[in-house]
Amino acid sequence: MASFNEMILSLVVFIPLLAAVVLLFFPRENERLIKLWSIAISIIPLVLTIYLMVNYYASHIPNGGGMQYEVKLSWIPQLNSYFHLGADGLSVPLLFLTALLSTLGLYYSSFTIKKRVKEFFFLFLLLEMGMMGVFVALDFVLFYVFWEIGLVPMYFLIGIWGQPKDRPRYAAIKFFIYTLVGSVAMMLAILAVYFQTKTFDMQEVAALQPFAGNLPVASLVFWGFMLAFMIKVPSFPFHTWLPDAHTAAPTAGSVILAGVLLKLGAYGIIRIVLPTFPEAFSQWSMAIVILGVIGIVYGAFVCIAQSDLKRLIAYSSVSHMGYVMLGLGAAAAGIGRMTEPGMTDSMAMAINGATLQMFNHGLITGGLFFLVGVLYERAHTRDLGMFGGLSAKIPAYYGIMMVVAFASLGLPGLAGFWAEFFTFRGAFDIVAVWAAIGVIGIVATAGYILYRIIQSVFLGEYDPHKIDHWTDMKDGQDKHDPSDMAGFEKLTMVPLVILIIILGVFPTPLVEFFNQAAETIINAL
Amino acid sequence: MTASTLQAILPAIILVISAMAVVAVDLITHRRARDVVLAGVAVVGLLLAAVAAFTLVGTTPQSVLDMLVVDGFSTFLMVTVLIGMVLVVIYSIDYIKLVGEHRSEYYAFLLAVALAITIAVSANDLLMVYLAMEFVSITSYVLVGFLRGDKRSNEAAIKYFLYGAVASAVMLYGISMLFGVTGTTNLNAVAQALAGETLAGGMRWLAFSSVVLLIVGFGFKTSLVPFHQWAPDTYEGAPTPITGFLSTASKAAGFALMVRVFIVALPSFAVDWLTVLAGVSMITMTLGNLVALRQTNIKRLLAYSSIAQAGYILMGLVCIPQAQFGLRPLQDFAFNGINGILIYLFAYVFTNLGAFAVVIAIENQTGKVDVKDYAGLIYRSPWLASLLLIFLLSLTGIPPTLGFWGKYFVFGAAVQVQFFALLIVALINSAIAAGYYLNIVRYMFLMPAEDEERIKIAPSLGIVLGVTFVAVLGLGILPGQLIQWASESAQFLVQF
Repeated sequence: MASFNEMILSLVVFIPLLAAVVLLFFPRENERLIKLWSIAISIIPLVLTIYLMVNYYASHIPNGGGMQYEVKLSWIPQLNSYFHLGADGLSVPLLFLTALLSTLGLYYSSFTIKKRVKEFFFLFLLLEMGMMGVFVALDFVLFYVFWEIGLVPMYFLIGIWGQPKDRPRYAAIKFFIYTLVGSVAMMLAILAVYFQTKTFDMQEVAALQPFAGNLPVASLVFWGFMLAFMIKVPSFPFHTWLPDAHTAAPTAGSVILAGVLLKLGAYGIIRIVLPTFPEAFSQWSMAIVILGVIGIVYGAFVCIAQSDLKRLIAYSSVSHMGYVMLGLGAAAAGIGRMTEPGMTDSMAMAINGATLQMFNHGLITGGLFFLVGVLYERAHTRDLGMFGGLSAKIPAYYGIMMVVAFASLGLPGLAGFWAEFFTFRGAFDIVAVWAAIGVIGIVATAGYILYRIIQSVFLGEYDPHKIDHWTDMKDGQDKHDPSDMAGFEKLTMVPLVILIIILGVFPTPLVEFFNQAAETIINAL
Repeated sequence: MTASTLQAILPAIILVISAMAVVAVDLITHRRARDVVLAGVAVVGLLLAAVAAFTLVGTTPQSVLDMLVVDGFSTFLMVTVLIGMVLVVIYSIDYIKLVGEHRSEYYAFLLAVALAITIAVSANDLLMVYLAMEFVSITSYVLVGFLRGDKRSNEAAIKYFLYGAVASAVMLYGISMLFGVTGTTNLNAVAQALAGETLAGGMRWLAFSSVVLLIVGFGFKTSLVPFHQWAPDTYEGAPTPITGFLSTASKAAGFALMVRVFIVALPSFAVDWLTVLAGVSMITMTLGNLVALRQTNIKRLLAYSSIAQAGYILMGLVCIPQAQFGLRPLQDFAFNGINGILIYLFAYVFTNLGAFAVVIAIENQTGKVDVKDYAGLIYRSPWLASLLLIFLLSLTGIPPTLGFWGKYFVFGAAVQVQFFALLIVALINSAIAAGYYLNIVRYMFLMPAEDEERIKIAPSLGIVLGVTFVAVLGLGILPGQLIQWASESAQFLVQF
C-alpha cells in the first residue's frame, strides 16, 4: 500500500477524470445533480492542493525543498517511459491555482451555463485533469500526453459555448491548430532528446545535459520545445490565437485559458528548457528577452485601442505574459555571466518575477474574466462605448473591479506589483536596456486600466438610453437599470480578491516556494 | 513438407477451407437465417486463422518451398489483417445496400482476399510477390463492384481494375528486368546476386528503372501519389464496408510487399529507392491532405486522408535504410522505422475500421454520406459522435489514442536519422490534417442537427465499434505490449 504522500498527486490528477467518467452515467436532464456532483468533487483536489501547500511549506521548504511526493511506476517499459509524478516549489502553487480556478469556474458556470450542461461539466473536469497532469509529470511522454489531453476539451468549450457573434468555431480551430503545431514540434524535440540520452525522465535528462557542446543541434531541439511553449504562453509573434480564443470562450473557459493554460507554456520553459538546455537558452536568450519586451509593450498599446472589454483583457494577457518571457529570458542571459557578483541573485529574482507573475496573473486575469462575464450577463454587450457611470449603479461590482484592475496595473499593496517588481529588479541587472524599454509597457498598462476600463465603464454620467435591458442575475428578469452582483458572483470573486490582497501585503510565503525552485535550478546550472 | 511447414501455412489452409465452407453452407441453410449464418462461418474461419497465425508469433522464421517466409513481420501483419477482416465481415452483416444481394460470394471473396493477404505478407519470391498482389487485386475488383445494380459501384470497379491492370503490368516489367539480370526470383538470391555487382557503368540504369517500375506497382496498392487517382472514386463508389477494407487491410498488404522486396532483395539499390520514396512520401502526404481539405463526401474525405496516411507510413521505410546500410546494426534502434510501419498499420487498421463503422451506421439509417449530413450528430447519437471523435483524434495523432503511437514511431525514426526536410513536411502536414478532421468534429458537435431523428446502432456495428474503441483507447493508454511485439517482429526482417 502506497503511503498517502505517494498517492496524493495521482489523486489530484485522476479525481477529476473519475468525476468526469462517473458524470457520463448521470441522466442528461438532471442538471442539478450534474452541477452539484462536479462542484463537490472538484473540491477534493482543491483541499488536497491546499494540503500540499501547507505540507510542502511546513515540512519541505525548511529542508531545502526539492522534488517531493514522487511516484514512479512502470508504464511503457519498452520505451523506458514511466508513470512518474512529482511536485516541487514551482508546481505546488500552480496546482493550487488550477484547483482553485477550476472549482470557481465550475461554480460560476453552474449558474450561467444553460445549454448542453452535461457535456460542459464533463469537458471541464477532463480539462482540469490534463492541466494538473502537466504540472506534476516528470516523464516526457507522460508530460506530452497530459499536454495534449487539455487540447480537445478546450476546443469544445470555445466552440460550443462561445458567443455566436465572436466566431467561436473559427477561434476554436485556430486555437487547436496553433497548439498542435507546437505540440508536434515538441514531440520531435522530445524524441531527439531521447536518442541522445536514452531516457524520458526529465530529471535524468536535465542531469545528462544532452547536446552540450553541440550548439547547432541543441539550438534546433531548444526551439522545438520553445515553439510549443511560446505558442502556449503565448509570446509575440505566436499570440494571434489568444485574442480570438479568449474572446470567444465562455466565461469559465476564458478564466481557465488565461488563468492556467497560458501557464503551462511558461511552466514548460522553467521545468524543461531552462535546466536541460542552459547553453542553447543562454545563446538565444536575447531573442526571448526581445520578444518578451515586444509582447509587453505591443500588448499594452493594443489594449488601449480595444473597444471590446473582453478582447482588451485578452490582449492584456499578451502583455502580462511578456513579463514572464522577459524574466525567463533575462535569467537565461545571465547563465554565461554567473561569475559576476550578484548575478545569481539577479537571475533568481528574474525567475521569481516570472513565476510570481504566472501565479498572480492567474488570479488577477482569472478574476477579470469573471468580472467581464458578470457585466456581459447583464448588459449582453461588452462594447466599452455603451457603458459609463456604472460606479453609482453597481457599487459592489465597482469595488471588486477596482481591486482586481489595480492589481493588474501593478499597484503596490496588491499581488500584481511583486511580480513586476521582481521581474524588473532581476532583469535590470542583466539586460538593462530591454528592461528599460519594457517599463513603457507599465505606463501603457496604467493607461488602459485607468482610461479604458475604469473611466469608460464606471466614471462619467450614467446614460439610461444606451442599454435598455439589463438582466438581473438574481431573478433572471430584464430591467431598465443594472443590478449589482448576485450572491454567487460575489462568492466566486471573494477568494480571488482575498488572495490578491493577502499576496499583495504579505507575498513572502509564496516567494519562498518559487525562490526555492528557482535556486535549485540555478544551482544546477 | 514437414509438420512445422504445415503449421506455417495453417492460416492459409484454414482460410481456403472456410471459403469453401461458406459456399457449401449457403446451399444447405434456410433462406432467412442465411445472412447471419454465412457471416458466422466467415468470422469463425477468420478467427481460427488469426489464432493459427498468432501461435506462429515468436517462432523461428521458416521458409515454405522457397516461396514464402513466415517470420515475425508476416505474422504480425497476418494477425492484424485477419482481425481487421473479422471486423469487415461483421459490419457487412447489417450494411443496408447489401441486403438482398447474394451473400455467400461476398463472404467467400472476403475470405479469399484474406487468404491473398496472408500470402502477400509472407511472399519471399518475386513471382509470389506478383501473384499475391494480383490475387489481392482481382478479389478486390469483384468486391468493389459487388453492388451490380449500382452504377457508382460499377464505375469504381472498372476504374480500379484499369488502374490496377496497368500498374501490375508495369511492375511485372520491373520484375522481369531483375530476373533478367540476376537469373533468380527468390528475394534473398536476388540480393546476393546484386551484392556482388559493382553497379558502376552499364548496370546503373537497371537499379533506378527497376526500382521505379516496382514502385508503380506498390504505389498503386498503397495509394501513393502519383498512383492514387483511382482511390477517391473507388472509395466513394465501393460498398462502404469494402471501402473500409481497401483503406486498411489491402493497404497493409501493399506495404508488406514493398517493405520486404526493398529491404530483403534490393539493399544494394537503397540509394535509389530511398531517394524516390522520400520524395513520394512528402508529395503523398501533402497532396492527400490538401485535397482532403476540399472534400464534402465523407468517403472521399477518408480516401484522401488514407492517401495522406500512406505518406506518413512510408516515412518508416524511408528512414530505415541508413540504419541498415552503414551506420549501425538495426537491432540497436528502438525506432527502426519498420516497427513504426507495423505500429502505424496496426493503429490505422483499427482506427479506420472504427471510423467506417460509424459511416456505415449513419449510411444505413439515412442513406447519406456527406460531411454536412453529420451536422448535430451529437444530438442524434451521442455514442456515434463520441466514437468518431476518438477515431478522428487517433487519425490526427493526439494521445492517448493508438494513432499517436504510430506517428510517434515513424516520426521517431525520422528524428533518429535526422531527416529534417521530411520532418518539417510532416509537421506542416499534421496541422493541415487537423484542419479537415476537426471539420467533421465541428459538424458533429458544433452545428445544429437538421434532422432530429435518433440514429440506431445495429448490434453487428456495436461489436465492431466496441472492439475498435477498446483497441484505440486501451492500447493507446497502455501501448507497451504492442510496441514490444512490433519491435520484435521488425527484427526478423533483417535477420533473414
